[in-house]
Amino acid sequence: MSTRLYEKEVAITGIGQSEVARPSQLSGMRLTVDACLEAIADAGLERGDIDGIACWPGDNNNGDSFSPVGPYALKNALGLEVNWFGGGYEGPGPLAGIINGAMAVASGLCRHVLVFRTITESSSRIVNRQASALTNKTTGRDSSFAWQWYTPFNVLSAVNLMAIYAQRHFHEYGTTSEQLAQIALTCRKHAQLNPKAVYRSPMTMDDYMQSRMISSPLRMFDCDVHCDASTAIILSRKDAAKDTRHPPIRIEAIGSALNQPWSWDQISLTEGTAFDVGKMMWNRTDLKPKDVQSAQLYDGFSILTMIWLEALGLCPRGESGRFVEGGHRISLSGQLPLNTNGGQLSGGRTHGLGYLHEACLQLWGRAGERQIAKHQVAVTAAGGGPLGGSLLLVKE
Amino acid sequence: MQRKLPALNADNRAFWQGGEHGCLLMHWCDGCANYFHPPGPICPKCASFSVHPREVSGKATVISFTINYQSWTPDLTEPFVIAIVELPEQPGLRFLSNVQEPVDQVYIGMHVRVVFEQHEDVWLPLFVKD
Repeated sequence: MSTRLYEKEVAITGIGQSEVARPSQLSGMRLTVDACLEAIADAGLERGDIDGIACWPGDNNNGDSFSPVGPYALKNALGLEVNWFGGGYEGPGPLAGIINGAMAVASGLCRHVLVFRTITESSSRIVNRQASALTNKTTGRDSSFAWQWYTPFNVLSAVNLMAIYAQRHFHEYGTTSEQLAQIALTCRKHAQLNPKAVYRSPMTMDDYMQSRMISSPLRMFDCDVHCDASTAIILSRKDAAKDTRHPPIRIEAIGSALNQPWSWDQISLTEGTAFDVGKMMWNRTDLKPKDVQSAQLYDGFSILTMIWLEALGLCPRGESGRFVEGGHRISLSGQLPLNTNGGQLSGGRTHGLGYLHEACLQLWGRAGERQIAKHQVAVTAAGGGPLGGSLLLVKE
Repeated sequence: MQRKLPALNADNRAFWQGGEHGCLLMHWCDGCANYFHPPGPICPKCASFSVHPREVSGKATVISFTINYQSWTPDLTEPFVIAIVELPEQPGLRFLSNVQEPVDQVYIGMHVRVVFEQHEDVWLPLFVKD
């Protein structure tokens, strides 16, 4: 490859995470500070070393529990002096903060960027059960670019859109509820070994099949569990990473493409943008899908994990149902350990960065009871529909 | 059923108000002779400004759907069908709507036709069995 691929000059050097609670008694800012200070210390750095901040989706100026803390507030709280910072919703999904931060590092604007993601949806839902409803995104008539095409038809939750994707997957590929269940069952099994996971009691196929239908064919256990938590990641220039504590985890390739309309109903129902993302990522590396040894794939809704498995080439298109059948391949000792901390389905909806945090723990061999075999190549991806991004990671 | 209504503007008004005269209006581009949706001031395919709403047949096919069971609001107590329907006028010309039939009667491939439900100055294009 002759083109310079800048992400290869960026390494993950530290990670941190607050408590994951349902709900937490701490403020969103306190959770954020806990995660960020842990990440800075984990990298062997000090506050003064941080010269950049990134996050997705950032503070929308409304204190929304989907993202209660943005870069402005965090900068002030930690007294950081930065050369670059940025937040904002419009990007390739929950990993957009990492992708933006990596570009800031690669372009030389910063040496060490602090990336974070905070969410307090558990607390907000105690106050108002409908806090996350799409109708609450705008007051009065719906003038939003995206949602005005759905809320008039009483699509009040993203689950309705994901269910439409799942139904089409079932129709085209013969995927079954029993196959889909393996994502939820595998996550629950892995969560039992994660002391921070929200749901740790055993789940059987019967439990899954008897769980309440929310939006057919998706059941309650196909939907992730709200929590209050913050996750932080330190990105460093490769040369600056030499001074840090752990062997750097290099960003081998980024996937961030969207070649279709940004729309939940105009985009391919069985592919979303995930296939565009996967194609881009594999075009930026000599590694192949068979080299991947662990996968942390978005499970805000179980069907999305299935789509990511196919989109990243970890199984053939349309074959994710058969690939996960029985759960063996995706177990901790299987050929592709998946969502090893319980994902968002059982671990908690840390929303995006939780996957990257877990990927790093596993690569560094710090995952405790749920640690899988020593390995060097991991993949993580987050988002669904038109939102999507992926990272291929290599431990040096 | 209570509905959150869209805010109307110069780009989307025809789609949401065509039902006043019983017409389903989709945006058409004279430049490349294609429909596109959602409507906008410029054709995303050929960048022509020669775009305008044009009446279509109102027939459609269900390409995927879901039955919503969750009461997201206190008055949403009965299961109802949300579907994406594709119009015969052009492959891929589609949008999301409701199919107003008993929930166990809806399937992928089902032929449906548009009916309009007025709420204030909006005529929602909904679908029933054809």
